[in-house]
Amino acid sequence: MNILSLLILIPLVTAIGILISKKDQTIKLIALLGSVTQLGVAIWTTLLYMSLRKAGATGDMLFQSTIKWFSPLHIFFSTGVDGISLTMILLTAMVVVAGILVSWKIVFQVKEFFFLIVFLSLGAFGFFISTDLFMLFFFLELAVIPKYLLIGIWGSGKKEYSAMKLALMLMFGSALVFLGIVGLYYASAAFGVPTWNLQQLSHLKLPIETQRVLYILLFTGFGVFTALFPFHTWAPDGHSSAPTAASMFLAGISMKLGGYGCLRVATYLLPDAARELSWIFIILASIMIIYGAFATMMQKDLKYMNAYSSVSHCGFVILGIAMLTKAAIMGAVMQMVSHGIMTALFFAAIGMIYDRAHTRQADELGGMLKQVPFIGTAFIIAGLTSLGLPGFSGFVSEMTIFVGAWEQTGIFYRVATILACASIVVTAVYILRAIGLAIWGSIQNKEHLKFKDASWSERTASILLIAGVVFIGVFPFWLIQLIQNDSITIFNKIYSAAFAI
Amino acid sequence: MSLESIMYLRFEGIIALIIFLLLVLKLNDADDRVPQFMNGINILLLVNFLIGLFPMVDGTLFNNFFQTTELIVLQKNILNFGVLLISFTSTTWLSGNKNRIEFYILLLSSLLGAFVMLSSGHVLMLYLGLEMSTIPVAALANFNKTQRNSSEAAIKLILSSAFSSGILLFGISLLYGAVGNLSFDHIIAVIQPNPLTLYAFTFILAGFAFKMSIVPFHLWTADVYEGSPVGVTNYLSVISKGSVIFVFISVLYVLFGALKQAWLLEITILSVLSMTIGNLFAMRQQNVKRLLAFSSISQVGFVLVGIAGASQAGTTASIYFVLIYLLSNIASFGVIGAISDATGKENLSSYKGLYKSNPFLALVFALSLFSLAGIPPTAGFFGKLFLLTSGMGSGLYILLAIAAANLVLSLYNYLRVVKTMFIDQAEETIEPIQRNWPLTAALIICVIGLLIIGFIPSVYQYIDSLSFGIYLK
Repeated sequence: MNILSLLILIPLVTAIGILISKKDQTIKLIALLGSVTQLGVAIWTTLLYMSLRKAGATGDMLFQSTIKWFSPLHIFFSTGVDGISLTMILLTAMVVVAGILVSWKIVFQVKEFFFLIVFLSLGAFGFFISTDLFMLFFFLELAVIPKYLLIGIWGSGKKEYSAMKLALMLMFGSALVFLGIVGLYYASAAFGVPTWNLQQLSHLKLPIETQRVLYILLFTGFGVFTALFPFHTWAPDGHSSAPTAASMFLAGISMKLGGYGCLRVATYLLPDAARELSWIFIILASIMIIYGAFATMMQKDLKYMNAYSSVSHCGFVILGIAMLTKAAIMGAVMQMVSHGIMTALFFAAIGMIYDRAHTRQADELGGMLKQVPFIGTAFIIAGLTSLGLPGFSGFVSEMTIFVGAWEQTGIFYRVATILACASIVVTAVYILRAIGLAIWGSIQNKEHLKFKDASWSERTASILLIAGVVFIGVFPFWLIQLIQNDSITIFNKIYSAAFAI
Repeated sequence: MSLESIMYLRFEGIIALIIFLLLVLKLNDADDRVPQFMNGINILLLVNFLIGLFPMVDGTLFNNFFQTTELIVLQKNILNFGVLLISFTSTTWLSGNKNRIEFYILLLSSLLGAFVMLSSGHVLMLYLGLEMSTIPVAALANFNKTQRNSSEAAIKLILSSAFSSGILLFGISLLYGAVGNLSFDHIIAVIQPNPLTLYAFTFILAGFAFKMSIVPFHLWTADVYEGSPVGVTNYLSVISKGSVIFVFISVLYVLFGALKQAWLLEITILSVLSMTIGNLFAMRQQNVKRLLAFSSISQVGFVLVGIAGASQAGTTASIYFVLIYLLSNIASFGVIGAISDATGKENLSSYKGLYKSNPFLALVFALSLFSLAGIPPTAGFFGKLFLLTSGMGSGLYILLAIAAANLVLSLYNYLRVVKTMFIDQAEETIEPIQRNWPLTAALIICVIGLLIIGFIPSVYQYIDSLSFGIYLK
């Protein structure tokens, strides 16, 4: 059996296990066990992949397998991974473990909660291992409804509104994606047998008129998942209404589905249109970065703050992909990982504070570092990563994007790059201000003196995520080594097509 | 009559036999004396369904007036299956009803009409079957005789169906004028795109559109769905509609294949209208049955997208979708019926907190709604996307874009119900409802079907292999 099928099977078995068990404690243990096993399998797969690559394995994807699904429509259940998808799988596995640990204390409808969490992760894992566009779309949509229910049932604030908004906007995004992939399917029919397969599609030279339409459809569609301006409005509401674990999943994993799709489907399969039209998305990404940063400045609610800053940070991902240089693409992938872990840590810390203080307003908190030093520290580390302090992952990835973006000469690209760099200053302002208000200072509310510091599960989750952030920050070459070849493959694909013309 | 011809008429024969049996029983008032009557009839329908599964060779009877192919057998089996499930879900409601034998006689007469219609090889047979399948339903709609809106539903149904039959007949007479002979073989051989056949086609299309409740011929739908007893609504939305869709595909592709350029446009317009208006009107509905009425209007719009694909894939996707739609709708109406029988409540607001009090019913309802909305992993996802995929085959990009937009709209409608059941808090919820075994069995069958059909590709392949011949013979 293929090792990749394990990545789908383990969450599936975990979900079924959760369904049939009765006691809350058993359910939590099953969920934790399943997710830890999954993380183990993900790491093992990565090591296996690296050793295969070292041994000289060629081919864009490894561990490939194909099973017939709907043969009259040429739909196959085909899986395969390269470095980029493996990085995403590692990120997902890590965030899932942390998310389950953070939710340890949940008491309301425990079974449903953990079932949906595991189900959601199943969608993400399936998405990252698919090499068949229909299958990829299946998993993309699989994750929409669990998000809706997680926010709607366990959320806070105006949760019904946020949940509905999120579900409808993501559905809109996936409708665009669907039009795009069906378009690709029919476009490929001109070359003989129509196909949904990523690699077969990547070898075709589609006419530029078709490419233009499909590129816009696919990039925008996946962009909705990454909170692409002007389709970003689901993100702040959704993130802030969601329960902690769901926020971590939304920002840490779901937004990466979009980024990965923009890179792997829109840009990789439609290189000519990407070269011609990526300027549109550079503009949108710049708006995302600047607008997101300034919108964050105005927020008082810590979750809204992190949600808007996520929009800004995901702007870097889009920018990196749209810049179409080797370093920028690599940086975009690194930024996805870095932001995924960092934002999960941030939401976890905010969630821990909220569980204790029942408020997320920065100015109603204060002195958290004194009372709950562990949580305070986690918060500060997340903040420093967010503003790109060297030594943490944010610095490495943003730096790579800037270097890559600078490789594009031309005044337009330069302006976009400079604007993006400048946003870091704004980031520093809002992060430091939030830390100053909520974490440092003295305790204002007497009630806050009763808080207990993080429990074992919260500590484990935070340490796991902090380890990830620091590891990438200190040893970036490990990650670079994993994704370099594949970024170059994508880069070559984009420009080889140009020389062929 | 040879043994072979009896075999050809197998489906119709058994149904007729059951009807006669029921008539005799009714004369003896058997149902009052035998307490297990409902179980008996359910078993009878189960046997009927199982006999239908035996393989059968293709053939024709009565000078090609009656034909049967593997595809038609499959369609009849799907309908038989649907009737069986509907009977299961209606058991509670009928147990307390004095006229339950009449219910089954009318129901099966209508089914018999649908079978005749499916097997017809001549336009007059088609018309006869269509009428026979509609008129008993009007009597069924009035089955709760004491209720005013039930009578209203029946009147609306009979008047609009008479009206649509008139239009259909007018179209048929024009067609007769154009081609001179109404047997299918003859029409296929001589039909040409000219103004007269186009007129004829347009009227016939309008007649069918009434029966399938396609916008702008949908005005009767919501009231009739609301007023009829839930079991009858279920039958209307699934069996009546499904059988007409089946026939419509073959009429369109086979009979009017030569007019493809003309009907592509008409179907596109009807499809866009149905999807959009169905979804928009569903948004404000407070009654669950009305909501599902509008949802079923938009679902037919989606089927038309697949039909507009004008290909083998379109036929396959439409039949595949009808099968899935049948399971989803029977499950949702089964739940609505169970709640309506126990409490008499049909308003969306009374479903608040249903998940707390009746988790099973709420889950089944939610799953079937997800299937209608086309959310994975339910079968509806595959059904709907295959419809859209095959619709793209004709290159109708604008239709596809509108259909995609409607996916979002319809999601809102269905999520509204899910939200009511799972998220909203209520002061008073519906009490836990006792389910009898037929209802539970039917719901479980539907749910299992919805969860696994997408992962058993052979279902789709089987339909695809059968629909090979139908497109533009």
